[in-house]
Amino acid sequence: MIDVSLTPIVSAVKVGKKFGGHQALADVTMDVMPGEVVCIIGPSGSGKTTFLRCINQLESFDSGGLWLDGELLGYRRVGEALHPLSDKEIARQRRKTGMVFQRFNLFPHMTALENVTEGPVQVLKRRRDEVHDAAMLLLDRVGLAHKAGAYPSELSGGQQQRIAIARALAMQPKLMLFDEPTSALDPELVGEVLAVMRDLAASGMTMIVVTHELGFARDVGDRVVFMDQGRVVETGTADALMSDPKEARTRNFLKTAFPRG
Amino acid sequence: MSATPLADIARGGPTMAEELDIARLRHVRRPHYGRIAAIVAILFLAFLLVRAFAHGKIDWATTWEFLFWPTILWGLFNTVWMSFVCMAVGIAIGLACAVAHASANPVLKGAAIFYAWFFRGAPVILQLLIWFNLALVFPIIGIPGLIEFKTVVIITPAVATILSLGLNEGAYVSEIIRSGMLGVDRGQYEAAKAMGMTNGTALRRIILPQAMRIVVPPLGNEFIGLVKMTALASIIGFGDIVRSAQDIYYSNAKVIELLMVPTFWFLVVVTVLTLGQRALERRFGRGFGTGGAR
Ligand SMILES: Nc1ncnc2c1ncn2[C@@H]1O[C@H](COP(=O)(O)OP(=O)(O)O)[C@@H](O)[C@H]1O
Ligand SMILES: [Mg+2]
Repeated sequence: MIDVSLTPIVSAVKVGKKFGGHQALADVTMDVMPGEVVCIIGPSGSGKTTFLRCINQLESFDSGGLWLDGELLGYRRVGEALHPLSDKEIARQRRKTGMVFQRFNLFPHMTALENVTEGPVQVLKRRRDEVHDAAMLLLDRVGLAHKAGAYPSELSGGQQQRIAIARALAMQPKLMLFDEPTSALDPELVGEVLAVMRDLAASGMTMIVVTHELGFARDVGDRVVFMDQGRVVETGTADALMSDPKEARTRNFLKTAFPRG
Repeated sequence: MSATPLADIARGGPTMAEELDIARLRHVRRPHYGRIAAIVAILFLAFLLVRAFAHGKIDWATTWEFLFWPTILWGLFNTVWMSFVCMAVGIAIGLACAVAHASANPVLKGAAIFYAWFFRGAPVILQLLIWFNLALVFPIIGIPGLIEFKTVVIITPAVATILSLGLNEGAYVSEIIRSGMLGVDRGQYEAAKAMGMTNGTALRRIILPQAMRIVVPPLGNEFIGLVKMTALASIIGFGDIVRSAQDIYYSNAKVIELLMVPTFWFLVVVTVLTLGQRALERRFGRGFGTGGAR
């Protein structure tokens, strides 16, 4: 059970983001507690990616407030004035989150093992030999210890995504963000990535997962958030949201996106 | 007509379809008429060339005699170190300009654009002459009151060459590195940033190593061009290999024989550089182009 006395890992209050005249996020409010797994579903263009990118500051938000682990993201508040954080401080805030991308984005010029050790060595300034064993354990955890010396181009999509998860975990993040981690995979490779994510959730990791895998959302998600046109339309347990959606838009989305489910 | 003989022939006949296994049949080579024609043409041209030089008034013994002449080797040494120094200056400036160009700082970006515009705009031979004659404009350089030098003493032919060729090269190299950086997938910047890298670390560890793969071939091209461009420096009195050869034929009048000497050495240097370029391409191509199991 979630202990309500804890501070949320992510606290979003009426977060808004505009691209030119287009409102990509509007009044997004949600808390994510330590250990919680929140799945975000919604049609393409509904702002799911943008929300994740705001949390790890690949994008800036322009209204409302967004806190990570109790810290305001991107700014330091002094009275009524906001001072933008320096690049270094933003980099430090980012280290609390690990991001897994739809297109993996592994570093192609490094082996699987080097991909995993890169962050600890270059960012956390740990010694390479010191990091090696922990990295091998992580590769083992995603079932790819035997591929430590392989380059990404020599791995299947599913294997690349598992390496990407290991790479993110190597930074020992407090929060893992997944942006449609299985959408770029051939159907038979989806299972192996979801299995790693289930395992991660079971170990108590706090996760926000943008996904179209309703089975995963139902089994692993503590809560499912349905977004549309930049807004949170409805939030609930996976079962409640899927079997008995309150909002017409949620019903329509579930019906059109998953006609059989 | 009940049968369609043409279609049957194309299929190898209806009865043969089951027996056919292309691995068991003799494969007839496709004739390469183009290659044969090219070989004939090249052999013919080579014959004409050899005949021309054999009958021509060139004394190969003289060329051979001066190939390892001390002043020639000294000139070769000057040409080679000057090329490396100018390229090092060019890469340092080019890297700085490429990074400045990509930066969010509008002042840096503007300076980089201005630099490339200026140094790509003026002919190299003019830049050489202007630097060498700097003393006409500024007889004294330095920080007034602190250290001052007579410009004629500081701006030797070698210094003028390094300045003009190095600065000029920087402008070209910056464009090459910039195109390499643009060729790296945007997702790579984002993955690097997402793991908490600063801009500098992301550049050094993720972006530039991948850009190198794209950058090495045109950079090798630039280097080879630069090696040959150092020959221009002989006009302001830099003792490169072309000047060494000229000094000799001014006294012995064996013009073509002596011009063959630096030609030979340039070919040697360029060959070595080409091999070096291939090695670098292999080094930075690691992880790419292996096909992949996907
Ligand atoms: N960098 C950008 N520039 C302009 N518009 C963008 C940018 N990123 C996203 N958008 C727009 O914002 C909206 C939300 O996009 P996104 O967060 O990617 O949606 P989702 O991930 O739910 O498909 C879309 O309409 C998209 O076109
Ligand atoms: Mg998206």
